[in-house]
Amino acid sequence: MSEAARAVPAAANGPLLAVRDLARYFDVSRPLLNRLIEGDRRQILKAVDGVSFAIARGQTLSLVGESGCGKSTVARLIVGLYTPTRGTIDFEGVDLAGLSRTALAPIRRRFQMIFQDPYASLNPRWRVADIIAEPIRAHGLIAGADAVRLRVDELLRHVGLAPNDGDKYPHEFSGGQRQRISIARALSSNPDFLVCDEPTSALDVSVQAQILNLMKALQREFGLTYLFISHNLAVVYYVSDRVGVMYLGRLVELAEAKTLFARPQHPYTRMLLDAIPDLEMSGRARIPVAGEVPNPLAPPTGCAFHPRCPWANERCRSERPELKATPTGAAACHAVEERRLPDARVVAPPALPS
Amino acid sequence: MTSPRANRPLLEVDGLRVEFPTRRGTLVAVDGVSFHIDPGEVLGVVGESGAGKSLTGAAIIGLIEPPGRIAGGRVTLDGRRIDDLPYEEMRRIRGRQIGAVFQDPLTSLNPLYTIGRQLVETICTHLDVTPQQARARAITLLQEVGITAAERRIDHYPHQFSGGMRQRVVIALALCANPRLIIADEPTTALDVSIQAQIIALLKKLCREHGAAVMLVTHDMGVIAETADRVAVMYAGRIAEIGPVRDVIKRPKHPYTIGLMGSIPTIGRNVERLTQIDGAMPRLDAIPPGCAFNPRCPKAFDRCRGERPEAMAIEHGQVACWLYANGRMGER
Amino acid sequence: MATTSRDLARPPTRNALRRALDSDIFYSFRRSPVVVAAAIVTLICFIGAVCAPWLAPHNPFDLKTLNLIDAFTPPAWMDEGTRKFLLGTDDQGRDVLSTIMYGARISLAVGFFSVLFAMTLGVSLGLISGYVGGALDAFIMRVADVQLSFPAILIALLIDGLARTTLPRDVHDRVIVYVLILAIGITGWVQYARTVRGSTLVEKNKEYVQAARVIGRHPVAIMARHVLPNVMGPVLVIATINLAIAILTEATLSFLGVGVPPTQPSLGTLIRVGNDFLFSGEWWITIFPGAALVVMVLAVNLLGDWLRDALNPKLR
Repeated sequence: MSEAARAVPAAANGPLLAVRDLARYFDVSRPLLNRLIEGDRRQILKAVDGVSFAIARGQTLSLVGESGCGKSTVARLIVGLYTPTRGTIDFEGVDLAGLSRTALAPIRRRFQMIFQDPYASLNPRWRVADIIAEPIRAHGLIAGADAVRLRVDELLRHVGLAPNDGDKYPHEFSGGQRQRISIARALSSNPDFLVCDEPTSALDVSVQAQILNLMKALQREFGLTYLFISHNLAVVYYVSDRVGVMYLGRLVELAEAKTLFARPQHPYTRMLLDAIPDLEMSGRARIPVAGEVPNPLAPPTGCAFHPRCPWANERCRSERPELKATPTGAAACHAVEERRLPDARVVAPPALPS
Repeated sequence: MTSPRANRPLLEVDGLRVEFPTRRGTLVAVDGVSFHIDPGEVLGVVGESGAGKSLTGAAIIGLIEPPGRIAGGRVTLDGRRIDDLPYEEMRRIRGRQIGAVFQDPLTSLNPLYTIGRQLVETICTHLDVTPQQARARAITLLQEVGITAAERRIDHYPHQFSGGMRQRVVIALALCANPRLIIADEPTTALDVSIQAQIIALLKKLCREHGAAVMLVTHDMGVIAETADRVAVMYAGRIAEIGPVRDVIKRPKHPYTIGLMGSIPTIGRNVERLTQIDGAMPRLDAIPPGCAFNPRCPKAFDRCRGERPEAMAIEHGQVACWLYANGRMGER
Repeated sequence: MATTSRDLARPPTRNALRRALDSDIFYSFRRSPVVVAAAIVTLICFIGAVCAPWLAPHNPFDLKTLNLIDAFTPPAWMDEGTRKFLLGTDDQGRDVLSTIMYGARISLAVGFFSVLFAMTLGVSLGLISGYVGGALDAFIMRVADVQLSFPAILIALLIDGLARTTLPRDVHDRVIVYVLILAIGITGWVQYARTVRGSTLVEKNKEYVQAARVIGRHPVAIMARHVLPNVMGPVLVIATINLAIAILTEATLSFLGVGVPPTQPSLGTLIRVGNDFLFSGEWWITIFPGAALVVMVLAVNLLGDWLRDALNPKLR
């Protein structure tokens, strides 16, 4: 049955997932009465504001950025936890945003999500076997309790747990083991596409390595496609084929992973890379970038990064840059477009005007 | 060692043991931890969650939450034993001689008072100054930690600052009385990468200028590499390895440290598979006999399973591993 | 005991029992003698009430066995007392101990089922209110606010009075117990609804609920299978404490004469009836039912208090 479902001829060679001009605004205004009495205006938080990217089958695209940049909102939009304010999400050429809950059901099976917090993502009152079997039962993929249990045992082995672990409750497991359970649940409906929202950021490094290795092995074995959300650039470097950098709800740079890290274009990407503590202890002088992420309710005019950017000029302050192709990928930066920037990681930026 | 130990160390911790009595028996969260910190030195304490690194810091400043208690060992600050002091005296040492910076800046600041009031109160408690002098000092401190328009910002409440700025205020608070030692427990964990770099740079700069020693507790090897002079690697309540930071990071000795370093993904290092340490750190109620790491250790042999290794001196540091007993260098 | 290979794969129930006996809750239970005593008293009251027809020494409602000569017999240990009537008899010669047991049966039944009713109503509304949110949430919560501005007993009196005036006398006497359950139940739902709504708001943003949404579970399934089991802890605490309150409310109504009729008396009715003889010397007719009520309510309350502390990790 699943073979038949997989053999959708349309867009077989196109990207598995394509997102176009995706946006999600949140109304964070105070209640109407307060607004009327105190004369407050409506406040709209543009968590994601026009993001476009595509992921090829079997590849990993990572979205990186600091907290509040909208990367998790993109993940939640794709899996349907939020409805988009604007834009389309094409999964094998079918726009998910327009589908009803029932029409979505057969497609749902094919994408799953792995969450950040292994202590919150498993229902504490359910046995592990029931947790893993939930997608199977919800979509009616396998009939018969014994067959379901066999499948669960197989999944448990896939993620490095023992079949009798299925009879335990989540609290009997460590954080890393719980994340394995979470992965087993995500795999149980034979998905093609996994959205991973910071899957290792709550884990210790040695356990993080286990989970990252497991995810890479599973990707090879099942030909999975990943959208990987993380703030940890080193992890992103390890897992990704392509990387998108987000800042205040917009994609500022998109490129092949190796290229992005070797020759970052956008000043924000450069800053992020420069901020990573240097484990190689090369003695490289780092330039800590001044300033913090501005209030997303009142983003700066023009390029949102201009108040922190050492290369900002008048155009950057007034005109918002669009994502445009560069020799290495794509970047949304006037300075990159005008070739005003020195080569990455060679020259120190000029001092910030104070 | 690069810096010869001029006089006695500033802080000496010897055989520290922290216990939590529970109804299912006593849990030993910190077990025989010994180290020292020289004046002006930055000692990194690194380990995974549950390794006992934060509790070690809390034990030194006398902030172990009951029912936990210090069950053994001694802590000496500047030649004076401080682990058995009554609460009142310990309170005076906290702040005056030991400053603290915690992970979540919100819990270190009282939301009901302006930051100025909190700074001035702390300064007046520990130093013999008039309120006017204290306020002037508070403004200077805020400028030092990089808060612009400090004269105006001093009268703001904690919630009016961003996370990074709040952590700067907490650092200013820790520096109020010019302490000789600062215990920083995961000071950058709650912050974004770019802010993290700012705070690390600030902490380094200030401690150099004020001549304060730092015990930097973190799970992030990168932060340690950037900041520390020496590093202690903790595992299951014990120190696995301690030594100069360059040695520990570049040439780790203990199998746990070797695994830990291998499991950190690094930009520019192209590996198909990260080194991984199988299993997880044991729970406190199930620490194996012998070396606590032996069930996960690829090099474990009989002695590791039966006998607990004490810290053994190697070139520049110490490592608690039988592979290094009697001058052997990692060979069985 | 025959053990199949399938049993080996699944943990036997003995494990579950051992886990329960080993749990923190049972531990804190064992540690407190007051709570153990309260539990024993509750158990005795419960068994005595439920099994009254088999345990009670007399059937106080069997007119054939009643004898007016036995009326006003004092308790057994007093001069005129007899061991036949341990706690004495009332004005109609009914055994006080037996009437207490039968009365407690009605009191407990009304208390239990009204709590069950309030719980079902409150938990459902709270769950929907918290999970769906929006205008529906606002509406349910405003209704709750309005109801809270009236004293519970007033609402119970209102419903009871409504039933009294609309139903014929004989029908009313037959259904009065159900009316009471309804009346007392209606007064109690708000507390459950508010608590459950609060916990639901917390739980619905947890990742396991989001995971279920990503899987595509129906909202009703998510509410029932995921959210509900995780918000029930505080509900059980409220239910226990409310059981005591419901028993008292029923007693109050019956004492005021708007509850169950004297032909099928609850503890409250017994106290009211006995009240007339309090100052003529026959104190046992009202004091013993009163004492039974106090002991029962106190024991249940102590249990509820303990449960609240045991389930609240912050107080441990």
